[in-house]
Amino acid sequence: MATTTESQNSLDLLFEMFKLRAEAVSAQVERVSNKELALELIVRLLNKEGIEDKSGLHAIWANSAMIGPEDKARLKTALPGLSFDVTRELAAEAKAGISQMDWALANTGTLVQTADAVEQRLVSTLPPLHIAIISTQALLPDLPTLIKRVDPRKSAYLAFITGPSRTADIERVLTIGVHGPGRLMIVMVDELEGAR
Amino acid sequence: MNKEFKQSILDALANPNLGGALGRFSEAYRISRAKAYEGVDFEAVRHEIAAVKSDAAGRMDELADRFKSQAEARGAKVFRTASPQAVRDYILDLAKKNGVKSVVKSKSMASEEIHLNKHLQEAGIEVQETDLGEWIIQLAGQTPSHMVMPAIHMTKEEVADVFSDKVEAGQQPNISKLVAFARGKLRPKFLAAEMGISGANIAVAETGSLVIVTNEGNARLVSTLPKIHVAIVGLEKLIERFADITPILTALPRSATSQLLTSYVSIISGPVPNTDGTPKELHIILMDNRRNEMSHDPRFKQALQCIRCASCLNVCPVFRLVGGHVFGKVYTGGIGTILTAWFNALKESDEIQSLCIQCGNCKDVCPAMIDIPDLILELRRRLAVEQGQPLVQKAIFSVVNNRRMFHTMLRAASLGQKPFAKEGFIRHLPMFLSGMTEFRSLPAIADEPFRDKFKKIKQPKCKEKAAFFGGCLVDFAYPEMGEKLVEVLNKAGIEVTFPEGQTCCGAPARYSGAYEVAAQNGADNIRALLEEDVKYVVSACPTCTVALKQDFIANLESLGRKDELPAAQKLAEKVVDFTTLVGQMIDGGRLRFKKGIKPTQFTYHDSCHYKRTLHAEQMPRKLMKQAGHELVEMQESDMCCGMGGSYTLKLPELSAPILERKLVNIEQAGAPLLLIDCPGCVMQIRGGLDKKGSKIKVEHTVEQLAECLE
Repeated sequence: MATTTESQNSLDLLFEMFKLRAEAVSAQVERVSNKELALELIVRLLNKEGIEDKSGLHAIWANSAMIGPEDKARLKTALPGLSFDVTRELAAEAKAGISQMDWALANTGTLVQTADAVEQRLVSTLPPLHIAIISTQALLPDLPTLIKRVDPRKSAYLAFITGPSRTADIERVLTIGVHGPGRLMIVMVDELEGAR
Repeated sequence: MNKEFKQSILDALANPNLGGALGRFSEAYRISRAKAYEGVDFEAVRHEIAAVKSDAAGRMDELADRFKSQAEARGAKVFRTASPQAVRDYILDLAKKNGVKSVVKSKSMASEEIHLNKHLQEAGIEVQETDLGEWIIQLAGQTPSHMVMPAIHMTKEEVADVFSDKVEAGQQPNISKLVAFARGKLRPKFLAAEMGISGANIAVAETGSLVIVTNEGNARLVSTLPKIHVAIVGLEKLIERFADITPILTALPRSATSQLLTSYVSIISGPVPNTDGTPKELHIILMDNRRNEMSHDPRFKQALQCIRCASCLNVCPVFRLVGGHVFGKVYTGGIGTILTAWFNALKESDEIQSLCIQCGNCKDVCPAMIDIPDLILELRRRLAVEQGQPLVQKAIFSVVNNRRMFHTMLRAASLGQKPFAKEGFIRHLPMFLSGMTEFRSLPAIADEPFRDKFKKIKQPKCKEKAAFFGGCLVDFAYPEMGEKLVEVLNKAGIEVTFPEGQTCCGAPARYSGAYEVAAQNGADNIRALLEEDVKYVVSACPTCTVALKQDFIANLESLGRKDELPAAQKLAEKVVDFTTLVGQMIDGGRLRFKKGIKPTQFTYHDSCHYKRTLHAEQMPRKLMKQAGHELVEMQESDMCCGMGGSYTLKLPELSAPILERKLVNIEQAGAPLLLIDCPGCVMQIRGGLDKKGSKIKVEHTVEQLAECLE
């Protein structure tokens, strides 16, 4: 039992660090205990955003290990504006994109994903809001730890995301949201089946 | 200096946006950078980067081959070429073959280097820069003034005007609206383009991976939406191992934009599927353009360690005044001067290398440990070799090296004896003593130089001896500093000698690229200073101290005068700056502070060589505090005062505003006393404060210590 508590404590510490760093770069961070709560939270968020089955108001959800066919059906009923069929055209007009990330780096507040599949990048680049789901278990302290676990020869596109898109190109004034999402919402889930 | 270049400096100085906004940015950068590096061992990280990149630069061919085979094994096409023309042709051919009508680009300095856009546009292809700064300058028809923030020289009003003129009328100078406008206008371009062109920040040979670092997210779109992705990669971007991206990704965002990590890092190791399911065409162009040649140059190989963070620009006292365009069209600032000399031509660096005041700020912050000031000196030396030393300069050095004649001439000039000035000779003197400055008062040239005064000083006989190296300023302008130095050392039981054969320390010659003259100065001084067996060779001028301790050796080495090196080494071991020697004497119990000293507030100016080369800057602070005085630190105490030896004469237009900023910081500190360990800085700052009518007393540390020690 002691080791479980210890590893729980160290995950809590990593989470605190992650949240601090991610919020420092204008990401929003929520933590929930399980998948059901995560899905509820996301549905609530998307409703608040006014997601509807109308052009310009869609949300797109890229293939995620945590979501099975039943979940999809359920979510689709709850949110008719949500699509799991991510196309370039839909991504270009969607209001929100949702995807599941593979790792999180605590000391920089970074999310990391194997993004070889183009839909993973479409949902996190084109819509103005990106909701990223990540398992608490996938928290790593830093980049060197990650580098030991990934092999770029096996994933052609490793994507790191740290906060929303930003620029300081005009008068060095920080401005959020240029070509990528202006908002990044991170949902960290303690018990997430299907996650690494 | 040619008129056009001088005019470009004057124009830049007259641009209020450059002086004001860049200056404020550079002040803020220092603080935000320090914050970003909190908890990170910067020295360890930069040693690691230097080791990784230096190793890679030494094996450029091998790593390029390995990268190519790795990337091709996973389906990329790798084209390696030495010639910029071949890069342009390759991309154009590829575009034609695939019917490409429009291209979207994320930031690539390598493409700027080869003026790719022009080439593609002339062939009728639409080329769209998508990095906001790059887009702005593309629309404005300008070139980047900064490697990281290309449009840093423009105001929001100017940006709004450019957008209104070139894209859609009626844009207001509201930054978030301008950014939103750019997003809206560029999005359709991303979606329509058939080809995306990017650069890369790192290329990993072991895995054939490209690492692309951005904040805006444009590189993600460029590498995702078009069916063809072309990455142009300079060979210096290669590193061997994947694990070695860590130190670079630790330093690059912190040094470039004071971020812990940029919003996006993409590691691309092969083609990925397009949105229609077809495989992406990934073309990686490994571009040489003299990088290989550079890697075989023993001096300039280290410039290949650059990770393009632009921190050398951000801390540069000259860049903060004039911005980037004075430096050239592609790479700007300190590293830009070096890259321009190589990627374009040595002679193109002729004017811009003179902008460097040799303060060493950039060397201190460079995450790749590139000794930029030293490499700029090396450019200066090569230019001098290539073009020959100007006649007037030769004549000047012959005067400078003859100490008596030099003193006579300076004295004559300072007394206003016009013939010298009329002949234009004094005007060309590389020595800052010759006048021609309106922004500060000049010291009177002493009627009797220190070398004559010295003979009249009565000293006790002591067991230990120190040879005093005066340097021109103490000898000719401030002999009283020399007298105080003798007084203090006598108190410590050290007898001071003043070897008559000593001459100019060679710094003016070295800093003009005249290494033969400098080396001969060194040889003459070595002989003179080692003539008598002394324990110490002491100087109160940091530039002279650096010359005696380091440059003599370096100059002789660079000219292959190996036989003289042992003597130079022997001298170097004896050399110590005055204040450090006093510290040692106090620690050894040979000097004591007087009791009951009236505490005074003082502030301290860090002289460039004293802090960044000798690393002695804590000692004067410590000693003065021990004496009972109170230190009030000024802002940017270690920012250059604008003196820079003959710089103040060659470029008074820049020296004056650099000094002005220093004077403001001194006055804001509010202390009645300013201490400095360099007679050159004393001259610059004392003259500046005097001109302003300030009451602040400026002294060399030696003058204060003489008062405080018993």
